Amino acid sequence: MFAEIEQYFRTNRLPHIWCPGCSNGIIVKSIVEAIQKAGLDQDKTVIVSGIGCSSRATGYLNFDTLHTTHGRAIAFATGVKVANPELNVFVITGDGDCTSIGGNHFIHAARRNIDLNVILFNNNIYGMTGGQYSPMSPTGAKGTTAPYGNIERPFDICNLAIGAGATYVARGNSFHTHQLTDIIHAGIANKGFSFVEALAACPIYYGRKNKQGSAADMLKWQKDHCLSKEAADRLPLEKKEGKILTGVLHNVSAPEYTEQYDKIISRFKEANSNA
Amino acid sequence: MTTAPNKARLMQGNQACAEGAIYAGLRFYAGYPITPSTEIAEVLAERLPQVGGRFIQMEDEIASMAAIIGASLTGTKAMTATSGPGFSLKQENLGYGILAEVPCVVVNVQRLGPSTGGPTAPAQGDVMQARWGTHGDHPVIALCPNSVQECFDLTVTAFNLSERFRIPVLFMLDEVIGHMRERMAIPDPGELEVSERKRTALPPDEYVAYAPVDDTLVPPMANFGEGYRFHVTGLLHDETGFPSNSSSVVGPHLDRLHRKVERGLDEIVMVEEIETDDADVVIVAYGCVSRSAAHVVREARAQGLRVGLLRLITLWPFPVDAVRRVAEGARAIIVAEMNLGQVLDVVKSAVEGQVPVYGVCRADGEMIAPDTIREKVEEVL
Repeated sequence: MFAEIEQYFRTNRLPHIWCPGCSNGIIVKSIVEAIQKAGLDQDKTVIVSGIGCSSRATGYLNFDTLHTTHGRAIAFATGVKVANPELNVFVITGDGDCTSIGGNHFIHAARRNIDLNVILFNNNIYGMTGGQYSPMSPTGAKGTTAPYGNIERPFDICNLAIGAGATYVARGNSFHTHQLTDIIHAGIANKGFSFVEALAACPIYYGRKNKQGSAADMLKWQKDHCLSKEAADRLPLEKKEGKILTGVLHNVSAPEYTEQYDKIISRFKEANSNA
Repeated sequence: MTTAPNKARLMQGNQACAEGAIYAGLRFYAGYPITPSTEIAEVLAERLPQVGGRFIQMEDEIASMAAIIGASLTGTKAMTATSGPGFSLKQENLGYGILAEVPCVVVNVQRLGPSTGGPTAPAQGDVMQARWGTHGDHPVIALCPNSVQECFDLTVTAFNLSERFRIPVLFMLDEVIGHMRERMAIPDPGELEVSERKRTALPPDEYVAYAPVDDTLVPPMANFGEGYRFHVTGLLHDETGFPSNSSSVVGPHLDRLHRKVERGLDEIVMVEEIETDDADVVIVAYGCVSRSAAHVVREARAQGLRVGLLRLITLWPFPVDAVRRVAEGARAIIVAEMNLGQVLDVVKSAVEGQVPVYGVCRADGEMIAPDTIREKVEEVL
């Protein structure tokens, strides 16, 4: 099975550094499957990441890859995309990276509707620094910096993306992997800011502290608590209570930033060629 | 071609910097508005699309620095401009650019600080921030113009050094130089040298992203999107570009970053000397203050006093040899600068007690006038 997607990995960099039971590998596989399904030119595809567990993925991926500073992946990616709009640009980021230190870049890239594919690995915790609570940790969850339970409220990051102007917003999880591949693939097709929240399981730093059981238990939790939006639309209200909606949550079209800029440039190209 | 007077223009320093950047091949600018650098962004927002380039106003200073690094990796010459508070915010990503060896130019039109300080008040208080603002041990190149003409010409030099040495180059204007208007000549295409980064001659499967191929120690580059599939990181890394914690890898890596700049000192370090050969007193100055100092030298010489000026065009790497040379025959050195002694201390350390060094320092948002420097000259002569 790996043979089909092996070309997208730097196999000499494997095995990866992620903990046993971590979902990150599952999500990375969905990303490359979506890239393959979309038929993107591997040499014209750049993958950018920030800092954190998920962001180490760029080291394993066989593309032009850019592992940046904490929270700034989207800002670096903006430079790559605007300087060369022909490139397909992906951003791999975590919940701490994207929604805390990187929150400003996230909302502004969505507002500009710049053609980036941002995949947020949401494991509800700062994993690489050892289990501190993040802006995506549920209220009441424990972390090393929330020993009495988190009193903050988490973002609904998909709603935030929609509010900020993202034209494609979807949520998936690391149990329903076919759905995850499909929503990333549909995001690639969107010409504009595409955002996918991928629920990840961190059994070591989040799971243990919050008595979530084994890695398998945490995946089962995703299976039991996630409900696809399509199915939810057909269900009565009581059956949807407490469920996390997955699938495509928002898909609209709006002018894309680099295309709009190219129109300004072409105005001068015409003027110069007429001169 | 026409002679210089036909090309003469009245231009502002910031505007000349923007035009110089386009002459050097700038095709991507990302920035965040901040006084007194805003004219650079405004000129480039208008000019870049006219030459097929792109301008973007980012959400903050940090993002602007990040974006120019991303853009440069696609093979596009990239720049940002800011002032002191914005320069502080850029420091982490500036360090990224130095470690990952990404060419770009960062303009800092200095204003009075610290903090929000004096947005429109001139100062030269960021000399040490330019040297040590980002964390860790690293090389740095910082240039400092003192005229509108030089804002143009030296911006071209900044790009050239950046591309040749694969390092962000800091272009340290001050508010006076950035905002003043002077007559200047725009060079014809080809009149000034424009350098391009060294490109790898190897096919993708043989390319090692951070392996130097000659004694410049500057590894040739590939661009994103060309099939080289290389990895760029802000972690310390080996020649392949992948992270390493091994001291046997990271030590030599940092050492090479320093040595590539040290080997280029002849090319990088620039000073201007006025009447230093027989000077009893040498004034060391840079940026707008060097113009007051030059005036003092002219007046003093007219009176038969042996006074000279050493103007620092390159602030970093510091022109240690030039300072030592002018100190040899002098009785005193006066460092005049619009801060409380940032270069003064470096000059003292360079001359190592060989000659007394005095400071004319001011950090209240006012220029250092010739009179103030002259009084000090008379005092020490």
